[in-house]
Formats: sequence, structure tokens, C-alpha cells
Amino acid sequence: MSVKYLKETASQTAGPYVHIGLAPHQAGFDIFQNNFDNNLVGATTRGAQIIIEGRVFDGSGSLVRDALIEAWQANADGRYNHPGDRQKQGSIDPNFRGWGRACTDFETGIFRFYTVKPGCVAGREGKVQAPHINLWIVARGINMGLNTRLYFADEEKANEADPILRGIELKKRRETLIAKPSQKDGKTVYSFDIVIQGENETVFFDV
Amino acid sequence: MNDLMSHAPPAFLKEGTNPYPELYRRDYAAQSPAYTPIYKTSVLRSPRNALLSIDHTVSETTGPVFGHNELGMLDNDLILNYAKGGEAIGPRIIVHGYVLDENGRGLSNTLVEFWQANAGGRYRHKNDTYLAPIDPNFGGCGRTLTDENGYYYFRTIRPGPYPWRNYVNSWRPAHIHFSLFGNAFAQRLITQMYFEGDPLIKVCPIIKTIPDEEAINRLIAPLDLNASVPDDTMAYRFDMVLRGRRSTLFENRLEGN
Repeated sequence: MSVKYLKETASQTAGPYVHIGLAPHQAGFDIFQNNFDNNLVGATTRGAQIIIEGRVFDGSGSLVRDALIEAWQANADGRYNHPGDRQKQGSIDPNFRGWGRACTDFETGIFRFYTVKPGCVAGREGKVQAPHINLWIVARGINMGLNTRLYFADEEKANEADPILRGIELKKRRETLIAKPSQKDGKTVYSFDIVIQGENETVFFDV
Repeated sequence: MNDLMSHAPPAFLKEGTNPYPELYRRDYAAQSPAYTPIYKTSVLRSPRNALLSIDHTVSETTGPVFGHNELGMLDNDLILNYAKGGEAIGPRIIVHGYVLDENGRGLSNTLVEFWQANAGGRYRHKNDTYLAPIDPNFGGCGRTLTDENGYYYFRTIRPGPYPWRNYVNSWRPAHIHFSLFGNAFAQRLITQMYFEGDPLIKVCPIIKTIPDEEAINRLIAPLDLNASVPDDTMAYRFDMVLRGRRSTLFENRLEGN
């Protein structure tokens, strides 16, 4: 006899037409009044506005042009807009859900998020996590969504102390999670490529 | 740029506590591995390194919250939500069920999104070139929020099977794609629902990536005559389960001390 639990439903690939359900404009039609997209910020969102820009590569080094990526992050104060966040720091920003979804472009393979830079977030056992964005990647050929994290190159000290980054045994592989800033048209753009397989393969997490 | 420069973590951060419990660890024995040569596209789209297992923090135990005001009146009615003067063609069906966690509790107010081919097996997607025609009155997607018990329902037409290039002569069984959020980002899941009795289920490479027969059976929705609308619409029942949360008995707090 064993204790009875229900079992998690089996994941199945999002397939090549994931855009129909989750990003119909990208599929080529307009159906919903309100669409979820890659813009996480409103006019009054607190914090430094940034752009995340990247591409996704497969094991042959080719662009994955049909991926869908979701971002989940804390606000500029390091607070998640969710009742389960009981941190005492800062406050919830009512104008920032902290979630968005982006598609890689069918031609260029580029995805973008328009967001704010998150603050530090509490880790376990009193440790502090460096500012990061949680990413989830699905596409044709991916049987179960891949989880990874984006960290910021200009948070060197916080990254150094981050318990998740420190848990990556090969230091070289930590680099796969660090987005690098540059200035484009007066905006701060962080570049973050995701390599599903091969050399410089991104670190993915069993969360 | 200056305000983006590194800042030391504030000391009060350490006082933060998060009693929102961790999720059960995923049972990978009942999930497809990443690398499944039978489904050819997975070969180049599967990591070669092992996933790094991490303990949950507030980043994993929280997730986005959605509201009714974000959805339209017809978002859960695929027969009408893209109707351009007519109605979608195909067998009219209701799909309904519960989104539960592994403890058997209904997950309330969680977003459920779904998408599918039309009755001829054709998707309304710029990359789909299958010769079956587009249905001018069918978009093929919808969404809804579960009620306080985790119950959801929507109306659509039964999708058709269609060919795809895995092997020559590979056909997908009729299916509806589902996207689920739960209430934590670590519960995020995409899956597919199949229809009871479809002979293509047994020969589908994408289904065969799942190593556990019971897990496959749970993706097959049975006909539910009791929920059907006589002379109008058949119903199929499809329950989905997301990861459960631990109880907090004798729990070390995730954060703080």
C-alpha cells in the first residue's frame, strides 16, 4: 500500500502552432479583445525600464524560430505580484504583474521583452538571490517546457553571492545565464541567447 | 544607466518570510524525457546536460494571477468566437473538467488556454499548409478561468486528425492543446487532450514519448453523455493535474529565520 496522490498530467509538446492559442497575432489572426504579450510595463510601472532581447538556438546551431518564451519576475522592489510572496521588503506594484510572453520571430528568430529590472529576492535560509527573471521555453520538439533564469551582467556582486548561480558546478556554465547590457536608441537592452543544446548549452533547471 | 548599476541587497531582505509551501518534486518517470528520437524534432531541441535540480524559492512558488476582466464573453466558445456570419463547421462538443493539484484539490481562478485544428485538421496559422480548407468561421483558440472548485468548460467543434512529417504517413490523432498556469510558475504546463476511441492514439510518436501507459491514458478524454446537451452538443470530460504543494507541518521556512 502506498499513499495515494494524483499524478501530474503528462506534458506534451506545444507544437508548431502554439501561437494560435497563446499569441494569435503571431499565428496571423486577431480574435481576442485582450492579448497577452511581451510588454510587462505600463506607463506608471515603477523601476528602470529595460528591454530583453535574444534568440534561441538548437543543437545544430540553427535559430529556433517557432519558440514561445514566458517571463515571470519580481518588480523593482524585489516583490512578486502574488499572494504567496510574503517578503517584507518594498511593496507590490499594482501596475506590474511581472509576467509576459514573447515569440521568436519567424524570420529573424529574435524575441523581446519590455520590462523593468527586478530587485533582489529572498532566497532560502536567509540568503539573497540576485535580480533575475524566470524563463520558461516551449516549442515544437520540446516535450516539456524548459526552465531557466536570466541574470544581469551589471549585478556582479549580487550574482557572485546568488545561491542558484553558485550551485552551478562549472563556473563557465554560469555565464550562460548572464544577460549583457548595451545601449540602443537611448534604451538599455540586455542580450540573452538561449542555447537548447550543444556548445554553451544554457543551464536549465529541474524546478 | 546609473540607476541600473549594481546595488547591495538591502539588509531587511533577510527578514522576509514566505510560508507559501514548496511544490512536490516532479515525477519524471511519468513524463517524457527531453530526448525522444521517435519524435524527430526533439533530437536537436533537447538539452544534453542534466537539468540542475534547485530547491524552491519564492521565484518558483509564485506565479501570475489573471482576472475575469481580462477575458472576453466568448473566449470559451470556439463555435462563436471567430464567427463571421456563420458558425464553425464540425461535430459540436463541450469539453469540461477540473484542474486539480496532486492532493486532489481544485485550483481556483487559474487560466486555462486551448487551441486546436478545425474539423478538417487544418490550423489557422500562417505556417500550416495542409490542403484541408480553412473554416472561415473558426479561429481555433479560446481560454477561460476555473471557478472556485477548479472547474472549467468550453464549447468547440471536434478537431480533425492531420498528417505531419515525422515518418512518411504520420498522422496526429485528433487533439486539443491545453496550457495551464496553476498558482506557481513551477506548475506551468502544456499538454494535449485526445479523444476516446481514436485509433491514431496508439501509433502517435508524440504520445509514445510518454514512458508511462497510465499517464497516456489520463490524456484521453472519455465521452460524457451525462454532460451532453440532447439534440445539440456532445461532451467530453478532461481533468488535469498540476503539482501539489507540501503541507507546512514541521516545515523549515523557505526564507527567513
